[in-house]
Amino acid sequence: MTITQDDLRYDPDRKLKVVGTTPIKPDGVDKVTGRAKFGADVHLPGMLVGKVLRSPYAHAIIESIDTSAAEALAGVKAVVTRDDFPELPPGEFRNISCNFMAREKAFYDGHAVAAVAATSERIAKKALKLIVVDYQVLPHVIDVMDAIKPDAPILFEDMVTQGMDPARGGPTNIVQRKEFTMGDADAGFAEADIIVERVFDTKPMHQGYIEPQACVANYTEDGQTELWCCTQGHFIYRTRLAAVLKMDISKIRVTQSELGGGFGGKTMFYIEPVAIALSRKANRPVKITLTRNEVLRATGPVAGTHSRIKMGMTKDGKFTAAEAELYFQTGPFTGSAFVNAPQAMFTRYDLQNIRAVGYEVVSNRPKVNAFRAPCVPQVVFGVEGVIDELAKKIGMDPIDLRLRNAAVEGYETIYGATFGPVGFVETLEAAKAHPHYTAPLGANQGRGVATGFWFNRGGETTASLNITPDGTVTLLLGNPDVAGSRVSICMMVAEELGIGVDKVRPIIGDTSTLGFNRVTAGSRVTFSAGIAVVLSARKAIKILCQRAAMMWDVPEDGVVFEDGHVRPASSNVGDFEPLSIADIAKKATETGGPIAGHAEIVAEGAGPGFGCHIVDVEVDKETGAVKIVRYTVVQDAGKAIHPHQVEGQYQGAAAQGIGWALNEEYIYDQDGRMENAGFLDYRIPVASDLPMIDTVIIEVPNPLHPYGLRGVGEVPLVPTMAAIANAIDDAIGIRPRSLPMSPPKVLKLIEEAAEGRDRA
Amino acid sequence: MDELRYEAPETLDAAVALLAGADGDARILAGGTDVLVLLHCDMIEPDLLIDIKKIPELTGIAEEDGGFRVGAAVSAMELVEHDAFPKAWPGVVEGVKLIGSIQIKGRATMGGNVCNASPAADSVPALIAAGAIGTIVGPDGRRDVPVEDIATAPGQTSLGKGEILVSFLFPPRPPHSGDAYRRFTPRTEMDIAVVGVGISLTLDDGGTCTAARVVLGAVAARALLVADAAAVLIGTPLDEAALERLAAVASAACRPIDDKRGTKEFRIKVAGVLARRVAQDAYERARGN
Amino acid sequence: MAKSHVTTTVNGDEYEFLCDTEQTLLDILRDELLLTGTKEGCATGDCGACSVMLDGCLVCACLVLGVEAAGKSIETVEGLAHGDELHPLQQKFLEHNGAQCGICTPGMLIAAKALLEVEPDPSETEIRYWLAGNLCRCTGYDKIIRAVMAAAEEMREVRS
Repeated sequence: MTITQDDLRYDPDRKLKVVGTTPIKPDGVDKVTGRAKFGADVHLPGMLVGKVLRSPYAHAIIESIDTSAAEALAGVKAVVTRDDFPELPPGEFRNISCNFMAREKAFYDGHAVAAVAATSERIAKKALKLIVVDYQVLPHVIDVMDAIKPDAPILFEDMVTQGMDPARGGPTNIVQRKEFTMGDADAGFAEADIIVERVFDTKPMHQGYIEPQACVANYTEDGQTELWCCTQGHFIYRTRLAAVLKMDISKIRVTQSELGGGFGGKTMFYIEPVAIALSRKANRPVKITLTRNEVLRATGPVAGTHSRIKMGMTKDGKFTAAEAELYFQTGPFTGSAFVNAPQAMFTRYDLQNIRAVGYEVVSNRPKVNAFRAPCVPQVVFGVEGVIDELAKKIGMDPIDLRLRNAAVEGYETIYGATFGPVGFVETLEAAKAHPHYTAPLGANQGRGVATGFWFNRGGETTASLNITPDGTVTLLLGNPDVAGSRVSICMMVAEELGIGVDKVRPIIGDTSTLGFNRVTAGSRVTFSAGIAVVLSARKAIKILCQRAAMMWDVPEDGVVFEDGHVRPASSNVGDFEPLSIADIAKKATETGGPIAGHAEIVAEGAGPGFGCHIVDVEVDKETGAVKIVRYTVVQDAGKAIHPHQVEGQYQGAAAQGIGWALNEEYIYDQDGRMENAGFLDYRIPVASDLPMIDTVIIEVPNPLHPYGLRGVGEVPLVPTMAAIANAIDDAIGIRPRSLPMSPPKVLKLIEEAAEGRDRA
Repeated sequence: MDELRYEAPETLDAAVALLAGADGDARILAGGTDVLVLLHCDMIEPDLLIDIKKIPELTGIAEEDGGFRVGAAVSAMELVEHDAFPKAWPGVVEGVKLIGSIQIKGRATMGGNVCNASPAADSVPALIAAGAIGTIVGPDGRRDVPVEDIATAPGQTSLGKGEILVSFLFPPRPPHSGDAYRRFTPRTEMDIAVVGVGISLTLDDGGTCTAARVVLGAVAARALLVADAAAVLIGTPLDEAALERLAAVASAACRPIDDKRGTKEFRIKVAGVLARRVAQDAYERARGN
Repeated sequence: MAKSHVTTTVNGDEYEFLCDTEQTLLDILRDELLLTGTKEGCATGDCGACSVMLDGCLVCACLVLGVEAAGKSIETVEGLAHGDELHPLQQKFLEHNGAQCGICTPGMLIAAKALLEVEPDPSETEIRYWLAGNLCRCTGYDKIIRAVMAAAEEMREVRS
């Protein structure tokens, strides 16, 4: 009988030896010695340097591009423009193509318009200056709400808003409208004693990975391509590259480097097809490495939003209805994943009446890319602010109000799924019991809490596990490790096989070694690959048992696998010394050949995750500066396979949220050029900005995973900005409703509060 | 193709000759923390870089006439770690410490900070408050100018063709003197001043201010030495009324712009807040000396 | 003008290379000497990923010209371990999971080593301010700070 995913269920009685410990990760030594190879660390013989020419205009028609002088420069081996990429029918791939190389129009400052490959960086840079682009500059629009004004500059004359009935005619910058409803929101509001309705704004931020995108492409004369790059999903890169370059998928082999941070921002490529096109023209390998300036101007960001959020509650604190109207900035092309927001923003509360409408809007900024729980933290900033206000109105403790309304097992969500066992109540209770929650506050300090939810994901996943002749294990995985999945996955294999985690050696295979793996995103990998490797291990165990039975000449059902050994199932079978995996592997040639297990699955059963953050801030009331004094993340992990990795996700996401909350934003000049395209003025938090970030891992097992785990990477960003806003409100008595909550904005609020101005 | 030349003369005369005789764009390379950034970002295309770090006159710290002479190319880290200088001029050192990260301070120099002529330069308000004098050498010889007369506008200085800022002379400190510098930035480190304030004070034995220099950074095209602000402190023990007036005068002196680092309104307000805080720091130090 | 010929010492080994004036020490280490352990995050001195020691002084290799390395001694992450014995900082980064994605790690290690050389017993605040020039986007710094504190403690014990 074949083992399938359905056979892998959480076993609460299982005694664990490896899972839950904190071994050193297999990629650790390479990372502390400088050996780890990241995107820019690949060098090939004869490699050329590729550089990209970018539009200095936010919105312009590209009348013509003259590359002749650049091509004539000694040392220049190839120049590519829009003419070197296939025309594609309207749709996802055309949008991707038009983003990595502008066609009729440049849509944002930094939009690629041409690229060169040369024998040195100096020559490549010189060549870029020799390319003559004739632009017809057009009026531009940056902000999402400006873009929907009747007189806004229009990016696409033929755009028709999808999801409006009847479809709204042009001209418009609204790409689509999506509405999600459950119950009857109007009836719910009619039942409410208290209604709070507020408007919130968030600014786009950048994922801020420290490693700029880099790749090396080698296109050979027989039409094959090898590509090395830093990516969260080399398989999806391959699929999309094949589509935008009109190549066979099998002719593209993508090898992922170690990933120097992605957080969603390396789920979509920018330079890879350009490097391939240059390599094809030059007949030599081409390396492109983005500068930080290019990273900030042309990759990322995260959607900025405008939202109106309304919630109703009875006077004893029961939520009766929720409503939201949400606008998401997506850059010039659709792809913001904004539909996550209406589905996730209220989900965790036992609400029966919801109406949530989202609009996706184009403007002259870089095309947005994914970031931890795409589009959800922005709107939870508003939801959790409204809830905080509701709690104040009835004088209820903010965690108590959330507990009063917490969704539990059996809750039917707005997206149709029904909650299985979920850990929201446990998370809230742990937050309330945490010493942080009742610690005294100092002068000018305030405390805030907020919560968050993420679906968590599964999807296509493959793995191949091989038992070597000495009984140790090599493991081939198909998902880039974005920080900590490899060790956790190896630990599950070690637990299954009853061997030490150091006996399991993982590598991430290139796209030619395994079947398709969905991108590393959505908190799916440790969950999904966990299932795939447990399945692989159990298949291998089945073979080990068959081989042992063969060696003992007993029936297959006469043996069992326990603690890394095959043993007779009972004394009736015979008196045999248990065989270790190594004992069996040694004899593999005589018993039928190498022993392996592999799995190709669509992982299902991801269990939703919930978090509650507690933060203390101190506000300098004379300058508006906000200091994070104390921070605690409480979150359900289902089961922490490697607690350090889980804590690292909680802490890192909270730090990113702190940056987004306080300082990170794009600053554009009046011509639509980004003014702060560097780490000096795009201010991600530095070590001295932050306190230690305390963590509490809640473990309410996911029954649909063999070790009970839930993804953990997205949730810990979701509540952060709301928690900080609530803390600032607690400190100064007025709630910020616009990100970032930077000193000038907070100072203004303090002055307004002093003047007793009512902003409501 | 035009190539960028690099020269590292070992004498001041040779450096001046190179700078004065250069065709095209010749630039001084001291710590390089500004020049190399501009070069990387293609914001400048110089023909010649003259590395001045091998010239002894530019790289020493020495006591002179009861004060200090500090070479313009002394690295920030060297100055911060010096045995005697930080005790005499803690405010200057506060400014120098804020020039950048430990890594940046390993390279960056006060000379560069002054000659880069950013209105937000962190060492400049404290240097001006200290009454530091810049010694400049050029084809026509040597001249001394107060630091406040070196930067004239963002990116521009009063240095003539071929002139090099060689060193800073810090005057001797009378008893009961103290200086301080603070800036406002959104982050705790790795940031550019939105407002910076440097103040140097001297008190009499009774704690009454007898001399003061108040300098505001990042609120005008160059650092502002605000005589009116000093005047409200002199003759007072920096009581509440004096500090209140100081804040008002400092705010009134600002001529800021709105830019990516701050708004006019915010800068004006925070200049007053910081002036007050820095005056208190300097006062505490002066009383302790 | 021809390229400059430069002789320098990296991790105790003498290297010679030719370079253009605008090539930085970071470019030289990575592209000419193929010592890719030192990382580029910004090339403007704002992220610290390229931190190296230059004659005992902590610097960003992106803000030093290759020609300026002549006659100097450079230490990079590749020189931290002695044979198969990791430096205590490397070991503690492993044990505390101070490296998540690992791109900032080489610079963090070099910067932290420089700190412990001048201050063997730094406070948490001192570590945070010293490392403020080394950006990390993965960890929230928590585990990095703990790893540095643990390494400092171990190094103090070894000394005493």
